[in-house]
Amino acid sequence: MIRLNNIQKTYSTGQNKLHVLKGVTVNIGEGEFVSIMGSSGSGKSTMLNILGILDNYDDGEYHLNNTLVKGLSERKAAHYRNHLIGFVFQQFNLISYKNALENVALPLFYQGLSRKKRNVKAMEYLDMVGLKPWAEHMPNEMSGGQKQRVAIARALISQPKIILADEPTGALDSVTSIEIMDIFKTVNDQGITMLIVTHEHDIADLTKKKIVLKDGLIHEVIENRPHITLN
Amino acid sequence: MFSVEIFQEILLTINQNKLRSFLTCFSVAWGIFMLIVLLGSGNGLQNGMTASFKDAMNNSLWMMSDATTLDYGGFKKGRKIDIQNEDQTAILQNIDNIEYSSTRYTIPTSTTIVYKEKYGTYEVRTVMPKYKEIELIKMIKGRFVNDRDQSEFRKSGVISTEIKDFYFPHEDAIGKYIKINNIAFQVVGVFEDKDNWDNNRCVYIPISTAQQIFNAGHNVTLLAVTLHDMNLEKSKDLAVKLKDLFAKRHNFDKNDPRAVYINNNFENLDRNLQIIRGISIFVWFIGIGTIIAGIVGISNIMLISVKERTQEIGIRKALGAKPWSVITMVLQESIFLTTMAGYFGLVLGIGLLEIVNKNIPENKVFVNPSADIGIAIWATIILIVAGAVAGFFPARQAAMIKPIEALRYE
Repeated sequence: MIRLNNIQKTYSTGQNKLHVLKGVTVNIGEGEFVSIMGSSGSGKSTMLNILGILDNYDDGEYHLNNTLVKGLSERKAAHYRNHLIGFVFQQFNLISYKNALENVALPLFYQGLSRKKRNVKAMEYLDMVGLKPWAEHMPNEMSGGQKQRVAIARALISQPKIILADEPTGALDSVTSIEIMDIFKTVNDQGITMLIVTHEHDIADLTKKKIVLKDGLIHEVIENRPHITLN
Repeated sequence: MFSVEIFQEILLTINQNKLRSFLTCFSVAWGIFMLIVLLGSGNGLQNGMTASFKDAMNNSLWMMSDATTLDYGGFKKGRKIDIQNEDQTAILQNIDNIEYSSTRYTIPTSTTIVYKEKYGTYEVRTVMPKYKEIELIKMIKGRFVNDRDQSEFRKSGVISTEIKDFYFPHEDAIGKYIKINNIAFQVVGVFEDKDNWDNNRCVYIPISTAQQIFNAGHNVTLLAVTLHDMNLEKSKDLAVKLKDLFAKRHNFDKNDPRAVYINNNFENLDRNLQIIRGISIFVWFIGIGTIIAGIVGISNIMLISVKERTQEIGIRKALGAKPWSVITMVLQESIFLTTMAGYFGLVLGIGLLEIVNKNIPENKVFVNPSADIGIAIWATIILIVAGAVAGFFPARQAAMIKPIEALRYE
C-alpha cells in the first residue's frame, strides 16, 4: 500500500538548512495498523505530511497504492487526498461554522455528490462513531473527544484506503484517548490501513506495529504482540 | 458552475462572517448609492438650469438706456442717453437678419390695478406686438398686444393667469375693463409665462399708449432684438454693430462700456452651458472617486477575507478541494455579495431620488433629479469585477500553496 524509498526532506529557513528526513525507507502493507513514534524533531510529522501529500519531498520515491507520488499537480494531489486518504488531526481541524453533519459531509462535496446523498451518508458515519444525536451541533458545542470522532467520521466517509492521524489523542484525556483508539481499531478491522503519529507509548502500544524515527531515519520497527488488548 | 449547493455554501459563509460581509456590502452599497445620488443631483441642477433658459429667448440682445462714462464730441461724461422709437427703426433699416424686435418703456410710478372692489399692485409692461415672440409668452385666451393697439393707441391689456385668477376667479376676463392707475383698459387676452422671474405677475399694454399717457415722448427704456440663425460669434458681432449704430446716432464714444448697455443673452446662455459642463465634470470626478474608494474598500476586505480563511482553505484542501474549487468558493462569495449590495445601493439611491423628486416644491433650480440607470449598472459591474479581481489573486495564492502551510497558517 505504502512504499517509501530513501525519502529526503530538507527545510530551509534563510541561511539555515534543516535536514529533517535523511532517507526513510519503509513499506506498509494494506490493512496494517501502524504507529510512528519518535521524539519531537525526529521527523515523524513531516513523514506523515509527505504520506498525506500535504507536503512534498526532495528526493526518493513514494508509492501510494502502486502510484508514484512525485511532483503532482495540486489538482491531482487533491484527487488522491480525496479518494485514497483520510486525515485526523491533533487539533481536529473541523470547520467552525459548519455543524457536525456538514463537516462529515464535506469530502463528498468535493466528490460532487448531491446534498441529499451526502447528508444520508454523513448521518450513517456519524452514527458509526456514536454521534447521531449531535449531528446538528456546532464544533464549539462539543467536547474534544466528540470533535475527534466527528473528524474520524469525516476521514472515513470518502472510504479511503488509508487513514493518517497526526497525534489524534494529543489534545484528549486518557479515557477519551482509549475510546478514539478503539474506534481506530474497529476501522482497521474493516481493512483500512491506519497510520498514527504519536509520542505516547501507551497509544503506540495499542497499534500492531511501531515505527520509531530518530534524527530523520528509521531507528527500529517493533511488532507489537497481538495478545495486547484494551483495558 | 452556479447551483443550489454553492448558493447554500455561500449563505453559510456569509452568515458565519456577518461583520465582514456587512462591511463588504456596505462599502459597495454606499459607493453605488453615493454615485446615484451625485449623478441624480447633478442632473437635477442641469435640468433646473436648462429649464430656466427654455422659457426665455436665448438668442435675444437687450439694449438699455444708460449714461456715458467717456467725454466725447464736446459732451462731458455722465450724459444720459435715451433710446428712442427711432432707434428701433434705424436698427431694422441698417442691420440685416433681425428676426423680432420690440421696445419697452418702464412706467416711472407704481401701478395699481382695480376691478370692481378688488385692487392690487402689479407690474405693467409696455411692449410692442413682437415682444410675445421674444419672451416666448404663451397665450391662454384671447390675443396679445397687436399692431392696431399700437397704431391707434388703444387701451388694451393682456393679463397673466395669476392676475386673471385674482380679479376674475369665476368669470371670463376677456372684454372686461380694469383700471390701471384710474385709466380703464380692456382685457384682450390672458397669458401664461412661468419662469424664474415675475413674468406671470404682470400686465402687458401697448407701448404707444403708455408713452402717450405718461408723457414719455418717444423715449424707451429697453430695446430687444433677436436674430435669425444666431450663434455666439454672430451675437457678439451684432452687439458691436448695435453699439456703433447707437454711438453714431447719439454722439458718444463707441468704446464707451456704458451709454447704451447691451445685454447679450446668447453670451449668457453660453456661460451657463459652461457652468453646466463644469457641474457635470465635477459630478463625474466625485463619482469616479467614490467608485475608486469602493474598489479599494472591497479589495481590502477580500484580502482580509482570504487571509482569515487560509486555515479553512488548508482543511478543505486536505479533504480534497481542488485549487479551482477554492478560488471559485472565494469569488462566488465576493460576486454574490457585491451584486446584492450593488443592487441594494442602486435601489436605495433611486428610491431617494424619487422621494426627493416627488416632494420638492416646483422650482427652477433643481428639476427631475434622475440618474442614468445604465451608468449605475456599469458602476456596479465595475465594482463586482474589482471585488472578483481583488479576491482572485489572494485566493489563487491560497489555493496553490501546500496544504500543510495553509493548515499551519495562523
